[in-house]
Amino acid sequence: MQIGYPILSTVIFLPIIGALLIFLLKRASEALIKWTALFVSLVTFILSIPLFSSFDKTTAKMQFAETYEWVPSWGIKYALGIDGISVLFVLLSTLLTVLCVTISWKTIKEKTKEFYAALLLIEGSMIGVFCSLDLFLFYIFWEAMLIPMFLLIGVWGGPNRVYAAIKFFLYTLVGSVLMLVGIIVLYINTGKSFDILQMMSTNYPYNLQLILFWAFFAAFAVKVPMWPVHTWLPDAHTEAPTAGSVILAGILIKMGAYGFLRFSMPLFPEAAKAMAPAMMILSVIAIIYGGVICLGQTDLKRLIAYSSVSHMGFVTLGIFALNIQGIQGGILQMINHGIVTGALFLCVGIIYDRTHTRQIADYGGTATVMPVYAAFFMVFTLASIGLPVTNGFIGEFLIILGGFTASKTLGVLSATGVIIGAAYMLWLYQRVFFMETNPKIQGHPDMDIREILTLVPLIVLVLWIGIYPNTFLSFMDASVQNLINRVNTAGAFQIHMVGR
Amino acid sequence: MNIPFPDLRPVTPEIIMTLSATALLILELIFKNKGVLAFIGILAAAAVMYIMPASMGETFGGMFISDSYSIFFKFIFIINLILTILISLRYIQRQKAEYGEYYSLLLFATAGMMLMASAKDLIILYLGLELMALSTYILAGIKRHDVKSNEAAIKYFLLGGFSSALLLYGISLLYGMTTTTDIYKIAEHLKATGVTTTLLLSMILIAVAFLFKIAAAPFHMWAPDVYEGAPTSITAFMSVGPKAAGFAVIGRVFYTAFQNIQTDWTTILIGIAILTMAVGNILAIVQTNIKRMLAYSSIAHAGYILLGIIAGTTEGLNAMMTYLFIYAFMNIGAFAIVIILDRGEELSDYEGLAKNRPLVAALMLVFMFSLTGIPPTAGFIAKFNLFTAVIKAGYTWLVIIAVMFSAISAYYYLRVVMNMYMKEMKQEAAIHLSPSLSLAILITVLMVLIIGIMPSMVIG
Repeated sequence: MQIGYPILSTVIFLPIIGALLIFLLKRASEALIKWTALFVSLVTFILSIPLFSSFDKTTAKMQFAETYEWVPSWGIKYALGIDGISVLFVLLSTLLTVLCVTISWKTIKEKTKEFYAALLLIEGSMIGVFCSLDLFLFYIFWEAMLIPMFLLIGVWGGPNRVYAAIKFFLYTLVGSVLMLVGIIVLYINTGKSFDILQMMSTNYPYNLQLILFWAFFAAFAVKVPMWPVHTWLPDAHTEAPTAGSVILAGILIKMGAYGFLRFSMPLFPEAAKAMAPAMMILSVIAIIYGGVICLGQTDLKRLIAYSSVSHMGFVTLGIFALNIQGIQGGILQMINHGIVTGALFLCVGIIYDRTHTRQIADYGGTATVMPVYAAFFMVFTLASIGLPVTNGFIGEFLIILGGFTASKTLGVLSATGVIIGAAYMLWLYQRVFFMETNPKIQGHPDMDIREILTLVPLIVLVLWIGIYPNTFLSFMDASVQNLINRVNTAGAFQIHMVGR
Repeated sequence: MNIPFPDLRPVTPEIIMTLSATALLILELIFKNKGVLAFIGILAAAAVMYIMPASMGETFGGMFISDSYSIFFKFIFIINLILTILISLRYIQRQKAEYGEYYSLLLFATAGMMLMASAKDLIILYLGLELMALSTYILAGIKRHDVKSNEAAIKYFLLGGFSSALLLYGISLLYGMTTTTDIYKIAEHLKATGVTTTLLLSMILIAVAFLFKIAAAPFHMWAPDVYEGAPTSITAFMSVGPKAAGFAVIGRVFYTAFQNIQTDWTTILIGIAILTMAVGNILAIVQTNIKRMLAYSSIAHAGYILLGIIAGTTEGLNAMMTYLFIYAFMNIGAFAIVIILDRGEELSDYEGLAKNRPLVAALMLVFMFSLTGIPPTAGFIAKFNLFTAVIKAGYTWLVIIAVMFSAISAYYYLRVVMNMYMKEMKQEAAIHLSPSLSLAILITVLMVLIIGIMPSMVIG
C-alpha cells in the first residue's frame, strides 16, 4: 500500500491548480483551455486509480491518511483519509468529471474559460468533502463548492437559470449554517478539536446527540434532498447545463447521504438509532411521491430530476435501515444512481444539443432516426428501473431487503416505488423513441464518436456492477460492519489512522 | 500646585497624527499637486504604525491609556486610513472634490478615533468622538456642488449632534453620581452604590450615542442616506473607521464602567443586535443602489459584531476585534470596486460586467462572498470565530438567529454576482485604473483570501 505521493492531496489540489491555470489562459485560446481541462481531469482520474487498486479491503481503518497542523490555536488539522464508505465516491467524482469535460466540448460556447475553471474547482472541493477527516476542513470544502456550482447553474444554464441558481444556493446555505452551529457546539464539547476520528470514539450525552443530529440533518437532508426540502432539486437539475446536472445528480447530492454515514451515525449513534424510523418514513414518502410526480412531467429533464428524489429515497431508506444489507445497498445505490442518472442527463444533453427542446411532446420515433442513441438510452433506462443484470437491480434489491428486515410495512411500500419507477421510465422511453416520428426529430445525426466514448465507460460500469457487484461491495464490508457495530454498541468503537 | 510634565511616550502616535494633519493644512497652500499631500498622509500613517507597538503605558494622570486593546484598534484605524487614501487619490479628482483639506480631515478623523480607543476618561472619549465626528461631517459633504452630498453632511451633522448631546447628558449624570469621569473609578463607585434608576438612565443615554456611531438599529436611519450621498471613498472610510471606534468605546466603557449592571445592558444589547441584524439584512434586499445596499449590509454586520460584546467574555471581545479587522479589508475592497467603475453606483450598472471586465467582476465576487461569509474567504473566518466565542458564552440561540440572517444576506450579496455573471450587458463598463487604486484592491483581496486560507495569521 505504499504510494510514492500524497495521493489524496494530489487528487484534491490538482483540479484546483488546473482551474487557476485555466483562469490565467487567454480567453481566445479556446482549444487550449479545453485540452487543458481534459488533460487535468484525465490525469486526476489516472492518479486516483491507485485508490482502487491498492485499497486494503480487510480493514475499516482510514487509509492513504495525511495529517498536518493547519490552525494549531484552534486545534484544526489538515487531515485526509478514506475508508470503504468514501473510496468509491472519490473514484466516481474523478470519472464523472472527465465525462463532463468531454460532453461539454461543443455545447459550451460562451465564457469557456470560466466554465472549465468552475468545473475543476467543483471537482477538487467535492473530493475534499469525501476525504476530510477534520470537521472544519470538511465544512470549508462543503461550502466552497457552492460558489462554482452556483455560477455553473446560473451562467450556463437554461432559460430559468438565475432563479434555479439562487434557489439552490439559499436552500443549501440555510441547511449548512445550521450544521455550522452544530459543528461549533460539537467542537466545544469535544474539547477544542475538530478531529472526526476522535469524535467517533467519544460518547456524547443523548440530549446533545439529539440536538446535533437535527442540526446536521438540516444540512444533509437539503443536500440529499429528502422530502419535504427537495424543491430546489428539480429546478437546479433542470436548468443546469448538462455537465452541471451530471455533477449535481452524480455526486453533489450524494454528499448529503454520505454525511449521514460519516457524521450522523457514528457521531450520534443513539440519536440516529432513535430517529431511524422517522428517517425511513420520510424516505418512503420521497420514493413514492417522487415517482408519482415523475408520471406527470412533460419535460424530459425535469422527469429525470424528479426521479432522483425517488432514487435518493431508496438510498436513505437503506442507510437508516441500520443493517448491513441496507447500508451496503444504500452506498452501492448511490454509486449506481451517480452512474445511471449521470448517464441519463448526458443522454438528454446529447439530444438537446440537436433539437434544443426538452419537451417530451416534441419527440417521438427517435429510435428510427438515431438507433445507436436509442440503444444506449435503453440500457440506462433499464438500469434505472432496476432490471436484473444491471446495477440498479443489485442496489434496490439490497435496500428493499434491508428495509424489509427493519420494517415490513415500509419494505412493502418502498417496493411499490420500483413499480412506479418502471412505469414512468418505460412510458418516457415509449413517448420519446417509439410512436410516430416527430418532424422536429427528423434529420438529426446519430451520436458521434466523442459522445459514444463518453457513455461507454458508464455502460461498462452498469453491467459490471450488475453482474459482479462483489468487486464494489467488497470495498465496503469492513467499514460498514464497523459502522453498524458503532451504532448498535455505542462506545466500543475505535478507528485508527493508517499512514500512507 | 506643581503639575509634572506628562509622559508623552504613550501618546506619540496621536501627536504625530495630529501634527501631520495640521502640517497638511499648511502644505496644501504650497503644493499644487494634491498627490503629494496624500503621500505625506500615508507616510505619517506608516510612521504611526511603526512606533505604535512601543507606545504602551498610561499618561496625563491616567486619562489616557495605550494598551494592547487600544493598539489593536489603532491598527484597524491606520489600515482604514491608508486604504482610504489609496482609493481616494484619483477618485476625488474625478469627483471634483480634490481639496487639500480632504487628506487633512482624514488624518484628523483618524486621530479622533485613536483618542477614543485610548480614552480612560470620559472627557477624552468625548473629545476624540467629536474630533472624529466633526471631521467626517465635513468629509461627507466635501462634494460642495453636489446636492446629495450636502444633504448627507447636514443629516449626519444634525443627528450626530443630537447623539453627542445625549452622550454628554449621560456623562453628566454619571459624574453627578460618582464625582469622577475616570472610567475605572466610576466602576469602583458604582460597585459601592449599587444599581439605581439614574445609573440605568445614564447607561441608556451613553449606549444610544455609541449605537448611533456604529449605526445599530433603531439608530441607523442616517446611515443609508449618508453612505449614498457622501463620496464613495468617504463612505468606505465611514463604514469601517467610526464603526470600529464605536465598538472600541462600547467595549471599554461597558466592560469596565458598567460592569455591575452587565445583565441589564446585555439584555438591551441582545434586543438591539437582533433588531439590527433584521433591519440591515431585510432592508438591504430591496435596495437598487449599491452604496445603500452596502450601508444596510454594514448595519447588519454591526449586528453580528454586537454579539461579541454580548458574549461578555475576553474571547468575545477578541472575536469582535478580529471581525472588525477582517471587515475593514472586505468592505473597503468592495467600495474600491465601486470606485474603479465609471458608473458603479446602481446595481444595474453591474449587469454583464463579467463579460466586459472579467477581472473586476471576479474581484467583486470575492468581496461579496466574503461579506456573505462563505469559505474559503476571510469573512467566513470572522464569522466562525465570532460565533464560536458567542456559543461558548452560552448564547447558542442567538447564534442560530445570526446564521439565519447571514443566510438571508446571501441573497443581496449574490444579486451583485448575479448581475455581473448572469445578466446581459447593457453597455460597456468603463473603468478608471490608477496605481494607487490597484494597490488598494490588491492588498484587500490578498488579505481576504490569505486570511481565509491561513487563519492562523489573525487569531491566537
